[in-house]
Amino acid sequence: MDTLIFIQENLDTLTARTIEHLAIVGVAVGLAILSGVPIGIAITQNKRVADAVLYTASMIMTIPSIALFGVLIPVLSHIGQGIGYAPAVIAVLLYSQLPIIRNTYTAITNVDPALREAARGMGMTAWQRLFRVEIPIAVPVIMAGVRMAVVINIGITAIAAYIGAGGLGTFISRGISQTDPRQLITGALAVSLLAIAADFVLLWLQGRLTPKGVRA
Amino acid sequence: MIKLENLTKIFETPSGPVTAADHVNMDVAEGEICVLLGPSGCGKTTTLKMINRLIQPTSGKIIINGKDTDAYDTVELRRTIGYVIQQIGLFPNMTVEENICVVPDLLGWDKVKSRKRAAELLETINLDPGTFLKRFPKELSGGQQQRVGVARALAADPPVMLMDEPFGAIDPINREVIQDEFLKIQKRLGKAVMFVSHDIDEAVKMAHKVAIFRGGKLEQFDSPDNVLAHPANSFIADFVGGDRTLKRLRLVTAGRALATGAPVVHAADSLDKAAGLMKEHGRETIVMVDQQGAPRGFVRLEIAQGRKGTVGEFHGALPATIGMQEDLRTAVSLMFMHDVSWLACVDADGAFRGYLTQRGITHLLGETYRPATQAAA
Repeated sequence: MDTLIFIQENLDTLTARTIEHLAIVGVAVGLAILSGVPIGIAITQNKRVADAVLYTASMIMTIPSIALFGVLIPVLSHIGQGIGYAPAVIAVLLYSQLPIIRNTYTAITNVDPALREAARGMGMTAWQRLFRVEIPIAVPVIMAGVRMAVVINIGITAIAAYIGAGGLGTFISRGISQTDPRQLITGALAVSLLAIAADFVLLWLQGRLTPKGVRA
Repeated sequence: MIKLENLTKIFETPSGPVTAADHVNMDVAEGEICVLLGPSGCGKTTTLKMINRLIQPTSGKIIINGKDTDAYDTVELRRTIGYVIQQIGLFPNMTVEENICVVPDLLGWDKVKSRKRAAELLETINLDPGTFLKRFPKELSGGQQQRVGVARALAADPPVMLMDEPFGAIDPINREVIQDEFLKIQKRLGKAVMFVSHDIDEAVKMAHKVAIFRGGKLEQFDSPDNVLAHPANSFIADFVGGDRTLKRLRLVTAGRALATGAPVVHAADSLDKAAGLMKEHGRETIVMVDQQGAPRGFVRLEIAQGRKGTVGEFHGALPATIGMQEDLRTAVSLMFMHDVSWLACVDADGAFRGYLTQRGITHLLGETYRPATQAAA
Protein backbone atom coordinates (compact mmCIF):
# COMPACT_ATOMS: atom_id res chain seq x y z
CA MET A 1 0.00 0.00 0.00
CA ASP A 2 2.83 2.32 0.97
CA THR A 3 4.49 1.49 -2.31
CA LEU A 4 1.39 2.38 -4.29
CA ILE A 5 1.14 5.72 -2.56
CA PHE A 6 4.84 6.28 -3.21
CA ILE A 7 4.35 5.54 -6.89
CA GLN A 8 1.36 7.84 -7.08
CA GLU A 9 3.26 10.69 -5.44
CA ASN A 10 6.36 10.18 -7.57
CA LEU A 11 4.80 9.47 -10.93
CA ASP A 12 6.73 12.30 -12.62
CA THR A 13 10.07 11.02 -11.35
CA LEU A 14 9.13 7.47 -12.30
CA THR A 15 8.33 8.56 -15.84
CA ALA A 16 11.56 10.54 -16.11
CA ARG A 17 13.61 7.59 -14.83
CA THR A 18 11.86 5.22 -17.23
CA ILE A 19 12.73 7.51 -20.13
CA GLU A 20 16.35 7.67 -18.96
CA HIS A 21 16.40 3.91 -18.71
CA LEU A 22 14.99 3.48 -22.18
CA ALA A 23 17.39 6.07 -23.58
CA ILE A 24 20.34 4.00 -22.39
CA VAL A 25 18.99 0.62 -23.54
CA GLY A 26 17.46 1.95 -26.77
CA VAL A 27 20.54 3.81 -27.96
CA ALA A 28 22.92 1.04 -26.91
CA VAL A 29 20.92 -1.80 -28.47
CA GLY A 30 20.32 0.33 -31.55
CA LEU A 31 24.07 0.74 -31.94
CA ALA A 32 24.51 -2.96 -31.15
CA ILE A 33 22.19 -3.87 -34.04
CA LEU A 34 24.14 -1.61 -36.37
CA SER A 35 27.39 -3.31 -35.37
CA GLY A 36 26.30 -6.83 -34.41
CA VAL A 37 24.22 -7.69 -37.49
CA PRO A 38 26.98 -6.81 -39.99
CA ILE A 39 29.54 -8.63 -37.81
CA GLY A 40 27.25 -11.67 -37.60
CA ILE A 41 26.88 -11.68 -41.39
CA ALA A 42 30.58 -11.05 -42.05
CA ILE A 43 31.75 -13.94 -39.89
CA THR A 44 29.66 -16.44 -41.88
CA GLN A 45 32.46 -16.27 -44.46
CA ASN A 46 35.04 -17.91 -42.20
CA LYS A 47 34.44 -20.54 -39.55
CA ARG A 48 37.61 -19.78 -37.58
CA VAL A 49 36.96 -16.06 -37.43
CA ALA A 50 33.37 -16.83 -36.45
CA ASP A 51 34.49 -19.05 -33.58
CA ALA A 52 36.92 -16.39 -32.35
CA VAL A 53 34.34 -13.60 -32.51
CA LEU A 54 31.62 -15.61 -30.79
CA TYR A 55 34.09 -16.71 -28.12
CA THR A 56 35.09 -13.10 -27.45
CA ALA A 57 31.45 -12.00 -27.29
CA SER A 58 30.74 -14.80 -24.80
CA MET A 59 33.72 -13.70 -22.69
CA ILE A 60 32.33 -10.16 -22.53
CA MET A 61 29.02 -11.62 -21.37
CA THR A 62 30.73 -13.28 -18.39
CA ILE A 63 32.17 -10.03 -17.02
CA PRO A 64 30.02 -8.95 -14.07
CA SER A 65 28.33 -5.68 -14.99
CA ILE A 66 29.49 -3.86 -11.92
CA ALA A 67 33.09 -4.82 -12.78
CA LEU A 68 32.68 -3.69 -16.39
CA PHE A 69 31.41 -0.29 -15.20
CA GLY A 70 34.43 -0.16 -12.89
CA VAL A 71 36.78 -0.82 -15.80
CA LEU A 72 35.08 1.75 -18.04
CA ILE A 73 35.29 4.59 -15.53
CA PRO A 74 39.11 5.14 -15.67
CA VAL A 75 39.20 4.50 -19.42
CA LEU A 76 36.46 7.00 -20.23
CA SER A 77 37.79 9.53 -17.72
CA HIS A 78 40.39 10.45 -20.33
CA ILE A 79 37.65 12.08 -22.37
CA GLY A 80 35.80 13.35 -19.33
CA GLN A 81 32.98 10.78 -19.60
CA GLY A 82 34.02 8.46 -16.74
CA ILE A 83 30.62 8.31 -15.10
CA GLY A 84 27.05 8.73 -16.26
CA TYR A 85 25.48 8.04 -19.62
CA ALA A 86 28.50 7.12 -21.78
CA PRO A 87 29.86 4.14 -19.79
CA ALA A 88 26.33 2.79 -19.36
CA VAL A 89 25.67 2.88 -23.09
CA ILE A 90 29.03 1.32 -23.89
CA ALA A 91 28.52 -1.49 -21.38
CA VAL A 92 25.05 -2.27 -22.72
CA LEU A 93 26.41 -2.11 -26.25
CA LEU A 94 29.04 -4.70 -25.35
CA TYR A 95 26.58 -6.99 -23.57
CA SER A 96 24.21 -6.84 -26.55
CA GLN A 97 26.81 -8.14 -28.98
CA LEU A 98 26.57 -11.82 -28.10
CA PRO A 99 22.84 -12.39 -28.60
CA ILE A 100 22.74 -10.25 -31.73
CA ILE A 101 25.92 -11.56 -33.38
CA ARG A 102 25.18 -15.16 -32.46
CA ASN A 103 21.59 -15.09 -33.68
CA THR A 104 22.53 -13.33 -36.91
CA TYR A 105 25.33 -15.79 -37.54
CA THR A 106 23.11 -18.80 -36.79
CA ALA A 107 20.24 -17.47 -38.89
CA ILE A 108 22.40 -16.79 -41.93
CA THR A 109 24.32 -20.06 -41.74
CA ASN A 110 21.04 -21.96 -41.35
CA VAL A 111 19.57 -20.61 -44.58
CA ASP A 112 18.85 -23.70 -46.68
CA PRO A 113 21.90 -24.31 -48.94
CA ALA A 114 19.45 -25.11 -51.76
CA LEU A 115 18.20 -21.51 -51.64
CA ARG A 116 21.74 -20.23 -51.82
CA GLU A 117 22.46 -22.49 -54.76
CA ALA A 118 19.27 -21.48 -56.54
CA ALA A 119 20.08 -17.81 -55.97
CA ARG A 120 23.62 -18.25 -57.23
CA GLY A 121 22.55 -20.34 -60.20
CA MET A 122 19.99 -17.73 -61.22
CA GLY A 123 22.60 -15.03 -61.37
CA MET A 124 22.30 -13.11 -58.10
CA THR A 125 25.43 -11.37 -56.88
CA ALA A 126 26.54 -12.01 -53.30
CA TRP A 127 24.90 -8.74 -52.16
CA GLN A 128 21.65 -9.47 -53.95
CA ARG A 129 21.60 -12.89 -52.35
CA LEU A 130 22.14 -11.32 -48.94
CA PHE A 131 19.50 -8.62 -49.19
CA ARG A 132 16.85 -10.42 -51.24
CA VAL A 133 17.05 -13.89 -49.75
CA GLU A 134 19.27 -14.44 -46.72
CA ILE A 135 18.43 -11.44 -44.54
CA PRO A 136 14.64 -11.59 -45.10
CA ILE A 137 14.69 -15.25 -44.12
CA ALA A 138 16.94 -14.55 -41.13
CA VAL A 139 14.83 -11.69 -39.75
CA PRO A 140 12.83 -13.65 -37.14
CA VAL A 141 15.96 -15.20 -35.61
CA ILE A 142 17.89 -11.90 -35.68
CA MET A 143 14.93 -10.19 -34.02
CA ALA A 144 14.83 -12.89 -31.35
CA GLY A 145 18.46 -11.96 -30.58
CA VAL A 146 17.54 -8.28 -30.36
CA ARG A 147 14.72 -9.06 -27.96
CA MET A 148 17.01 -11.10 -25.80
CA ALA A 149 19.56 -8.27 -25.79
CA VAL A 150 16.92 -5.73 -24.80
CA VAL A 151 15.50 -7.84 -21.97
CA ILE A 152 18.90 -8.71 -20.52
CA ASN A 153 20.09 -5.13 -20.72
CA ILE A 154 17.03 -3.56 -19.15
CA GLY A 155 18.15 -5.54 -16.09
CA ILE A 156 21.82 -4.60 -16.47
CA THR A 157 21.00 -0.92 -16.93
CA ALA A 158 19.41 -0.93 -13.48
CA ILE A 159 22.93 -1.39 -12.08
CA ALA A 160 24.19 1.58 -14.11
CA ALA A 161 22.54 3.80 -11.50
CA TYR A 162 25.65 3.16 -9.38
CA ILE A 163 27.83 4.99 -11.90
CA GLY A 164 25.43 7.87 -12.10
CA ALA A 165 23.69 6.94 -15.31
CA GLY A 166 20.24 7.44 -13.84
CA GLY A 167 17.38 5.26 -14.91
CA LEU A 168 15.10 3.05 -12.84
CA GLY A 169 18.08 1.61 -10.98
CA THR A 170 18.17 4.87 -9.01
CA PHE A 171 15.07 3.76 -7.09
CA ILE A 172 16.71 0.47 -6.28
CA SER A 173 20.05 1.89 -5.17
CA ARG A 174 18.33 4.53 -3.00
CA GLY A 175 15.96 1.91 -1.64
CA ILE A 176 18.96 -0.12 -0.52
CA SER A 177 20.98 2.75 0.89
CA GLN A 178 18.02 4.33 2.65
CA THR A 179 16.50 0.98 3.64
CA ASP A 180 13.32 2.12 1.96
CA PRO A 181 11.33 -0.87 0.67
CA ARG A 182 8.91 1.45 -1.16
CA GLN A 183 11.62 2.75 -3.49
CA LEU A 184 13.20 -0.68 -3.81
CA ILE A 185 9.96 -2.36 -4.82
CA THR A 186 8.99 0.48 -7.13
CA GLY A 187 12.33 0.20 -8.96
CA ALA A 188 12.28 -3.58 -9.17
CA LEU A 189 8.67 -3.64 -10.35
CA ALA A 190 9.26 -0.94 -12.95
CA VAL A 191 12.33 -2.72 -14.34
CA SER A 192 10.44 -6.00 -14.66
CA LEU A 193 7.40 -4.42 -16.25
CA LEU A 194 9.59 -2.46 -18.63
CA ALA A 195 11.36 -5.66 -19.71
CA ILE A 196 8.08 -7.46 -20.26
CA ALA A 197 6.57 -4.54 -22.16
CA ALA A 198 9.67 -4.10 -24.33
CA ASP A 199 9.69 -7.78 -25.17
CA PHE A 200 6.05 -7.58 -26.10
CA VAL A 201 6.53 -4.56 -28.35
CA LEU A 202 9.55 -6.16 -30.02
CA LEU A 203 7.65 -9.39 -30.56
CA TRP A 204 5.01 -7.40 -32.39
CA LEU A 205 7.72 -5.66 -34.41
CA GLN A 206 9.32 -9.02 -35.19
CA GLY A 207 6.01 -10.20 -36.62
CA ARG A 208 5.75 -7.08 -38.76
CA LEU A 209 9.31 -7.35 -40.06
CA THR A 210 9.13 -11.07 -40.86
CA PRO A 211 8.16 -11.65 -44.52
CA LYS A 212 4.72 -13.23 -44.74
CA GLY A 213 5.94 -16.37 -46.44
CA VAL A 214 8.48 -17.06 -43.68
CA ARG A 215 6.06 -16.64 -40.75
CA ALA A 216 5.28 -19.85 -38.93
CA MET B 1 23.48 -24.90 -78.91
CA ILE B 2 25.46 -26.21 -75.95
CA LYS B 3 28.82 -27.66 -76.82
CA LEU B 4 31.30 -29.06 -74.34
CA GLU B 5 34.89 -29.47 -75.49
CA ASN B 6 37.31 -31.49 -73.39
CA LEU B 7 35.62 -30.20 -70.27
CA THR B 8 37.64 -31.28 -67.25
CA LYS B 9 37.34 -30.74 -63.52
CA ILE B 10 39.97 -31.82 -61.05
CA PHE B 11 39.13 -31.28 -57.37
CA GLU B 12 42.06 -30.89 -55.00
CA THR B 13 41.21 -32.88 -51.90
CA PRO B 14 43.33 -33.66 -48.81
CA SER B 15 43.76 -37.20 -50.14
CA GLY B 16 45.02 -35.99 -53.51
CA PRO B 17 43.47 -34.71 -56.73
CA VAL B 18 40.18 -36.26 -57.83
CA THR B 19 39.09 -36.05 -61.44
CA ALA B 20 35.37 -35.42 -61.38
CA ALA B 21 35.02 -34.81 -65.10
CA ASP B 22 37.57 -36.06 -67.58
CA HIS B 23 37.70 -34.51 -71.06
CA VAL B 24 33.95 -34.53 -71.57
CA ASN B 25 32.83 -33.81 -75.14
CA MET B 26 29.19 -33.47 -76.04
CA ASP B 27 26.75 -31.21 -77.81
CA VAL B 28 23.06 -30.59 -77.39
CA ALA B 29 21.06 -28.89 -80.13
CA GLU B 30 18.12 -26.52 -79.85
CA GLY B 31 14.94 -28.38 -78.93
CA GLU B 32 16.85 -31.35 -77.59
CA ILE B 33 16.77 -32.82 -74.13
CA CYS B 34 20.01 -34.45 -73.11
CA VAL B 35 19.85 -36.57 -69.97
CA LEU B 36 23.05 -37.06 -67.98
CA LEU B 37 22.96 -40.42 -66.28
CA GLY B 38 25.20 -42.43 -64.04
CA PRO B 39 25.77 -43.66 -60.51
CA SER B 40 26.38 -41.05 -57.80
CA GLY B 41 29.81 -39.47 -57.97
CA CYS B 42 30.13 -40.19 -61.67
CA GLY B 43 30.57 -36.55 -62.68
CA LYS B 44 27.16 -35.82 -64.16
CA THR B 45 26.26 -33.08 -61.71
CA THR B 46 29.77 -31.63 -61.84
CA THR B 47 29.49 -31.45 -65.61
CA LEU B 48 26.10 -29.73 -65.39
CA LYS B 49 27.26 -27.20 -62.81
CA MET B 50 30.30 -26.28 -64.84
CA ILE B 51 27.99 -25.00 -67.55
CA ASN B 52 26.61 -22.21 -65.35
CA ARG B 53 29.93 -22.05 -63.54
CA LEU B 54 28.65 -22.98 -60.12
CA ILE B 55 31.74 -25.15 -60.47
CA GLN B 56 34.71 -23.58 -62.21
CA PRO B 57 36.13 -25.93 -64.89
CA THR B 58 39.81 -26.86 -64.61
CA SER B 59 40.16 -26.91 -68.36
CA GLY B 60 38.13 -27.25 -71.53
CA LYS B 61 35.55 -25.09 -73.23
CA ILE B 62 31.82 -24.55 -72.93
CA ILE B 63 30.29 -23.01 -76.01
CA ILE B 64 26.72 -21.74 -75.92
CA ASN B 65 25.18 -20.44 -79.12
CA GLY B 66 28.59 -20.43 -80.77
CA LYS B 67 30.13 -18.24 -78.06
CA ASP B 68 32.75 -19.38 -75.61
CA THR B 69 31.23 -18.79 -72.17
CA ASP B 70 34.63 -17.68 -70.83
CA ALA B 71 33.85 -14.41 -72.59
CA TYR B 72 30.85 -13.75 -70.34
CA ASP B 73 30.75 -12.38 -66.83
CA THR B 74 29.70 -15.26 -64.56
CA VAL B 75 26.65 -13.48 -63.15
CA GLU B 76 25.49 -12.32 -66.59
CA LEU B 77 25.98 -15.84 -67.95
CA ARG B 78 23.82 -17.42 -65.23
CA ARG B 79 20.97 -15.03 -65.96
CA THR B 80 20.82 -16.38 -69.51
CA ILE B 81 20.61 -20.00 -68.38
CA GLY B 82 17.52 -21.49 -66.77
CA TYR B 83 18.36 -23.50 -63.66
CA VAL B 84 16.13 -26.00 -61.85
CA ILE B 85 17.30 -28.03 -58.87
CA GLN B 86 15.92 -31.06 -57.07
CA GLN B 87 15.34 -29.18 -53.81
CA ILE B 88 13.37 -26.65 -55.89
CA GLY B 89 14.77 -23.72 -53.91
CA LEU B 90 11.82 -21.37 -54.15
CA PHE B 91 12.51 -18.34 -51.96
CA PRO B 92 10.09 -18.63 -49.02
CA ASN B 93 10.01 -14.88 -48.44
CA MET B 94 8.68 -14.20 -51.92
CA THR B 95 5.31 -14.93 -53.47
CA VAL B 96 5.02 -17.25 -56.46
CA GLU B 97 4.90 -14.15 -58.66
CA GLU B 98 8.03 -12.65 -57.10
CA ASN B 99 9.83 -15.96 -57.37
CA ILE B 100 9.07 -16.24 -61.06
CA CYS B 101 10.13 -12.63 -61.62
CA VAL B 102 13.53 -13.00 -59.93
CA VAL B 103 15.61 -13.20 -63.11
CA PRO B 104 13.50 -10.66 -65.09
CA ASP B 105 13.95 -8.27 -62.13
CA LEU B 106 17.69 -8.92 -62.05
CA LEU B 107 17.76 -8.16 -65.75
CA GLY B 108 15.90 -4.92 -65.10
CA TRP B 109 12.73 -5.76 -67.02
CA ASP B 110 9.76 -3.46 -66.81
CA LYS B 111 7.61 -4.57 -63.84
CA VAL B 112 4.39 -4.66 -65.85
CA LYS B 113 6.00 -6.87 -68.46
CA SER B 114 7.55 -9.29 -65.97
CA ARG B 115 4.31 -9.60 -63.95
CA LYS B 116 2.40 -10.34 -67.12
CA ARG B 117 5.00 -12.93 -68.00
CA ALA B 118 4.59 -14.59 -64.58
CA ALA B 119 0.85 -14.96 -65.15
CA GLU B 120 1.43 -16.46 -68.61
CA LEU B 121 3.94 -18.93 -67.23
CA LEU B 122 1.54 -20.08 -64.54
CA GLU B 123 -0.98 -20.82 -67.28
CA THR B 124 1.71 -22.78 -69.10
CA ILE B 125 2.34 -24.98 -66.08
CA ASN B 126 -1.39 -25.51 -65.46
CA LEU B 127 -1.72 -23.41 -62.33
CA ASP B 128 -4.43 -20.77 -62.19
CA PRO B 129 -2.72 -17.33 -61.97
CA GLY B 130 -5.63 -15.85 -60.03
CA THR B 131 -5.21 -18.46 -57.32
CA PHE B 132 -1.47 -18.90 -57.21
CA LEU B 133 0.33 -15.64 -58.11
CA LYS B 134 0.08 -14.18 -54.61
CA ARG B 135 0.63 -17.40 -52.72
CA PHE B 136 3.81 -18.24 -50.86
CA PRO B 137 5.81 -21.38 -51.60
CA LYS B 138 4.84 -23.00 -48.28
CA GLU B 139 1.22 -22.85 -49.38
CA LEU B 140 1.89 -25.11 -52.39
CA SER B 141 2.24 -28.88 -52.64
CA GLY B 142 5.59 -30.36 -53.66
CA GLY B 143 4.43 -30.91 -57.22
CA GLN B 144 3.10 -27.36 -57.50
CA GLN B 145 6.34 -26.00 -56.09
CA GLN B 146 8.41 -27.82 -58.68
CA ARG B 147 6.12 -26.56 -61.45
CA VAL B 148 6.77 -23.04 -60.20
CA GLY B 149 10.49 -23.91 -60.08
CA VAL B 150 10.35 -24.75 -63.77
CA ALA B 151 8.32 -21.60 -64.53
CA ARG B 152 10.90 -19.52 -62.66
CA ALA B 153 13.70 -20.99 -64.75
CA LEU B 154 11.75 -20.20 -67.93
CA ALA B 155 10.90 -16.64 -66.89
CA ALA B 156 13.50 -14.74 -68.88
CA ASP B 157 13.11 -17.13 -71.83
CA PRO B 158 16.65 -18.54 -71.65
CA PRO B 159 17.76 -20.58 -74.67
CA VAL B 160 19.42 -23.11 -72.38
CA MET B 161 17.97 -24.96 -69.39
CA LEU B 162 19.97 -26.88 -66.82
CA MET B 163 17.99 -29.24 -64.63
CA ASP B 164 19.55 -31.11 -61.74
CA GLU B 165 17.29 -34.07 -60.91
CA PRO B 166 14.33 -31.70 -61.14
CA PHE B 167 11.62 -34.28 -60.53
CA GLY B 168 13.57 -36.48 -58.15
CA ALA B 169 11.79 -35.40 -54.97
CA ILE B 170 8.27 -35.72 -56.33
CA ASP B 171 6.05 -38.74 -55.73
CA PRO B 172 5.85 -41.18 -58.68
CA ILE B 173 2.34 -40.24 -59.79
CA ASN B 174 2.96 -36.52 -59.83
CA ARG B 175 6.37 -37.09 -61.39
CA GLU B 176 4.80 -38.69 -64.46
CA VAL B 177 2.35 -35.81 -64.76
CA ILE B 178 5.05 -33.15 -64.46
CA GLN B 179 7.32 -34.99 -66.88
CA ASP B 180 4.52 -35.05 -69.43
CA GLU B 181 3.78 -31.38 -68.87
CA PHE B 182 7.43 -30.51 -69.24
CA LEU B 183 7.71 -32.48 -72.47
CA LYS B 184 4.70 -30.59 -73.82
CA ILE B 185 6.19 -27.22 -72.84
CA GLN B 186 9.56 -28.20 -74.26
CA LYS B 187 7.98 -29.24 -77.55
CA ARG B 188 6.59 -25.74 -77.88
CA LEU B 189 9.55 -23.74 -76.57
CA GLY B 190 12.38 -25.79 -78.07
CA LYS B 191 15.08 -25.08 -75.47
CA ALA B 192 18.38 -26.88 -75.33
CA VAL B 193 17.97 -28.85 -72.10
CA MET B 194 20.61 -30.60 -70.00
CA PHE B 195 19.00 -32.78 -67.42
CA VAL B 196 20.69 -34.79 -64.67
CA SER B 197 18.91 -37.93 -63.55
CA HIS B 198 19.73 -41.25 -61.95
CA ASP B 199 16.55 -42.84 -63.24
CA ILE B 200 16.99 -44.73 -66.50
CA ASP B 201 13.22 -44.80 -67.06
CA GLU B 202 13.05 -41.03 -66.76
CA ALA B 203 15.91 -40.76 -69.25
CA VAL B 204 14.21 -43.08 -71.71
CA LYS B 205 11.04 -41.07 -71.43
CA MET B 206 12.51 -37.56 -71.67
CA ALA B 207 15.73 -37.76 -73.62
CA HIS B 208 16.67 -37.22 -77.21
CA LYS B 209 20.19 -38.03 -76.16
CA VAL B 210 21.55 -39.88 -73.18
CA ALA B 211 25.00 -39.30 -71.73
CA ILE B 212 26.17 -42.01 -69.37
CA PHE B 213 29.03 -41.18 -67.03
CA ARG B 214 31.31 -43.30 -64.91
CA GLY B 215 34.23 -42.04 -62.83
CA GLY B 216 34.17 -38.65 -64.56
CA LYS B 217 34.31 -40.15 -68.04
CA LEU B 218 31.54 -39.93 -70.59
CA GLU B 219 31.07 -43.61 -71.41
CA GLN B 220 28.35 -43.34 -74.03
CA PHE B 221 26.57 -40.44 -75.68
CA ASP B 222 23.80 -41.66 -77.92
CA SER B 223 20.06 -41.84 -78.51
CA PRO B 224 18.13 -43.65 -75.76
CA ASP B 225 17.23 -46.44 -78.16
CA ASN B 226 20.84 -47.00 -79.11
CA VAL B 227 21.98 -46.95 -75.50
CA LEU B 228 19.37 -49.59 -74.67
CA ALA B 229 19.87 -51.69 -77.79
CA HIS B 230 23.63 -51.31 -78.11
CA PRO B 231 25.24 -50.49 -74.77
CA ALA B 232 28.88 -49.56 -75.45
CA ASN B 233 30.25 -51.78 -72.70
CA SER B 234 29.27 -54.11 -69.89
CA PHE B 235 29.07 -51.25 -67.37
CA ILE B 236 26.40 -49.52 -69.41
CA ALA B 237 24.60 -52.80 -70.09
CA ASP B 238 24.44 -53.37 -66.32
CA PHE B 239 23.47 -49.78 -65.65
CA VAL B 240 20.54 -49.72 -68.05
CA GLY B 241 19.42 -53.08 -66.70
CA GLY B 242 18.78 -56.63 -67.87
CA ASP B 243 15.32 -55.61 -69.02
CA ARG B 244 16.74 -52.96 -71.32
CA THR B 245 14.92 -54.24 -74.39
CA LEU B 246 11.63 -53.96 -72.51
CA LYS B 247 12.52 -50.35 -71.75
CA ARG B 248 12.74 -49.72 -75.46
CA LEU B 249 9.00 -50.43 -75.68
CA ARG B 250 8.55 -46.96 -74.36
CA LEU B 251 10.51 -45.38 -77.18
CA VAL B 252 8.52 -46.82 -80.05
CA THR B 253 4.99 -45.82 -80.98
CA ALA B 254 2.38 -48.38 -81.93
CA GLY B 255 2.16 -46.85 -85.40
CA ARG B 256 5.71 -47.93 -86.20
CA ALA B 257 5.08 -51.63 -85.53
CA LEU B 258 1.95 -51.93 -87.66
CA ALA B 259 1.60 -54.59 -90.33
CA THR B 260 0.91 -52.84 -93.64
CA GLY B 261 -1.99 -53.54 -95.97
CA ALA B 262 -4.45 -54.47 -93.24
CA PRO B 263 -7.68 -56.02 -94.55
CA VAL B 264 -11.03 -55.00 -93.02
CA VAL B 265 -14.67 -55.99 -93.50
CA HIS B 266 -17.96 -54.15 -93.02
CA ALA B 267 -21.05 -55.28 -91.12
CA ALA B 268 -22.94 -55.97 -94.36
CA ASP B 269 -20.16 -58.14 -95.86
CA SER B 270 -20.76 -61.90 -96.05
CA LEU B 271 -18.85 -64.32 -93.86
CA ASP B 272 -17.55 -65.90 -97.05
CA LYS B 273 -15.87 -62.68 -98.03
CA ALA B 274 -14.38 -62.33 -94.54
CA ALA B 275 -13.02 -65.88 -94.60
CA GLY B 276 -11.55 -65.28 -98.03
CA LEU B 277 -9.77 -62.12 -96.93
CA MET B 278 -8.37 -63.82 -93.85
CA LYS B 279 -6.99 -66.71 -95.87
CA GLU B 280 -5.53 -64.34 -98.42
CA HIS B 281 -3.66 -62.42 -95.68
CA GLY B 282 -2.89 -65.46 -93.57
CA ARG B 283 -4.87 -64.15 -90.60
CA GLU B 284 -7.02 -65.86 -87.98
CA THR B 285 -9.13 -62.77 -87.30
CA ILE B 286 -10.34 -59.72 -89.17
CA VAL B 287 -11.58 -56.33 -87.95
CA MET B 288 -15.01 -55.00 -88.82
CA VAL B 289 -15.20 -51.24 -89.38
CA ASP B 290 -18.17 -48.86 -89.65
CA GLN B 291 -18.82 -46.24 -92.37
CA GLN B 292 -16.38 -43.82 -90.74
CA GLY B 293 -13.67 -46.48 -90.69
CA ALA B 294 -13.77 -46.92 -86.90
CA PRO B 295 -13.27 -50.51 -85.67
CA ARG B 296 -16.52 -51.99 -84.34
CA GLY B 297 -15.61 -55.59 -83.73
CA PHE B 298 -13.89 -58.62 -85.24
CA VAL B 299 -14.66 -62.03 -86.71
CA ARG B 300 -12.71 -65.27 -86.22
CA LEU B 301 -11.76 -67.47 -89.14
CA GLU B 302 -13.23 -70.59 -87.50
CA ILE B 303 -16.60 -68.83 -87.18
CA ALA B 304 -16.62 -67.32 -90.68
CA GLN B 305 -15.57 -70.54 -92.41
CA GLY B 306 -18.42 -72.52 -93.98
CA ARG B 307 -21.15 -70.48 -92.38
CA LYS B 308 -23.81 -68.37 -94.07
CA GLY B 309 -24.62 -64.87 -92.93
CA THR B 310 -23.08 -61.42 -92.56
CA VAL B 311 -20.19 -60.19 -90.53
CA GLY B 312 -22.57 -57.98 -88.61
CA GLU B 313 -24.40 -61.00 -87.21
CA PHE B 314 -21.37 -62.98 -86.10
CA HIS B 315 -18.79 -60.40 -84.94
CA GLY B 316 -17.29 -60.29 -81.48
CA ALA B 317 -16.41 -57.18 -79.48
CA LEU B 318 -12.85 -55.80 -79.51
CA PRO B 319 -11.35 -55.96 -76.03
CA ALA B 320 -9.29 -52.79 -76.58
CA THR B 321 -7.82 -50.50 -79.21
CA ILE B 322 -4.51 -48.66 -79.21
CA GLY B 323 -3.71 -45.20 -80.57
CA MET B 324 -1.01 -44.73 -83.22
CA GLN B 325 0.92 -42.35 -80.94
CA GLU B 326 0.78 -44.53 -77.85
CA ASP B 327 3.96 -46.39 -76.99
CA LEU B 328 4.46 -50.12 -77.24
CA ARG B 329 4.66 -50.43 -73.49
CA THR B 330 1.03 -49.45 -73.24
CA ALA B 331 0.21 -51.75 -76.14
CA VAL B 332 1.91 -54.79 -74.62
CA SER B 333 0.31 -54.06 -71.29
CA LEU B 334 -3.14 -54.03 -72.96
CA MET B 335 -2.38 -57.29 -74.71
CA PHE B 336 -1.43 -58.98 -71.45
CA MET B 337 -4.40 -57.49 -69.67
CA HIS B 338 -6.90 -58.82 -72.21
CA ASP B 339 -4.95 -61.97 -73.07
CA VAL B 340 -4.85 -61.22 -76.79
CA SER B 341 -2.01 -61.41 -79.31
CA TRP B 342 -3.08 -58.40 -81.37
CA LEU B 343 -4.76 -55.02 -81.03
CA ALA B 344 -6.64 -52.84 -83.49
CA CYS B 345 -4.70 -49.64 -83.92
CA VAL B 346 -6.59 -46.39 -84.46
CA ASP B 347 -5.53 -42.89 -85.45
CA ALA B 348 -6.43 -39.64 -83.72
CA ASP B 349 -9.85 -39.59 -85.44
CA GLY B 350 -10.64 -43.10 -84.23
CA ALA B 351 -10.28 -44.69 -87.70
CA PHE B 352 -8.75 -48.18 -87.95
CA ARG B 353 -5.17 -48.09 -89.21
CA GLY B 354 -3.88 -51.62 -88.86
CA TYR B 355 -3.15 -54.63 -86.68
CA LEU B 356 -0.56 -54.39 -83.95
CA THR B 357 0.63 -57.92 -83.26
CA GLN B 358 3.05 -59.36 -80.73
CA ARG B 359 5.00 -60.76 -83.66
CA GLY B 360 5.18 -57.32 -85.24
CA ILE B 361 6.54 -55.84 -82.02
CA THR B 362 9.12 -58.58 -81.58
CA HIS B 363 10.20 -58.13 -85.16
CA LEU B 364 10.58 -54.37 -84.88
CA LEU B 365 12.53 -54.48 -81.62
CA GLY B 366 14.70 -57.31 -82.92
CA GLU B 367 15.65 -55.44 -86.08
CA THR B 368 18.49 -53.58 -84.45
CA TYR B 369 20.11 -56.81 -83.19
CA ARG B 370 20.18 -58.57 -86.57
CA PRO B 371 23.34 -58.21 -88.65
CA ALA B 372 22.89 -55.76 -91.54
CA THR B 373 23.03 -58.42 -94.25
CA GLN B 374 20.30 -60.50 -92.65
CA ALA B 375 18.11 -57.46 -92.12
CA ALA B 376 18.39 -56.61 -95.79
CA ALA B 377 17.43 -60.14 -96.82
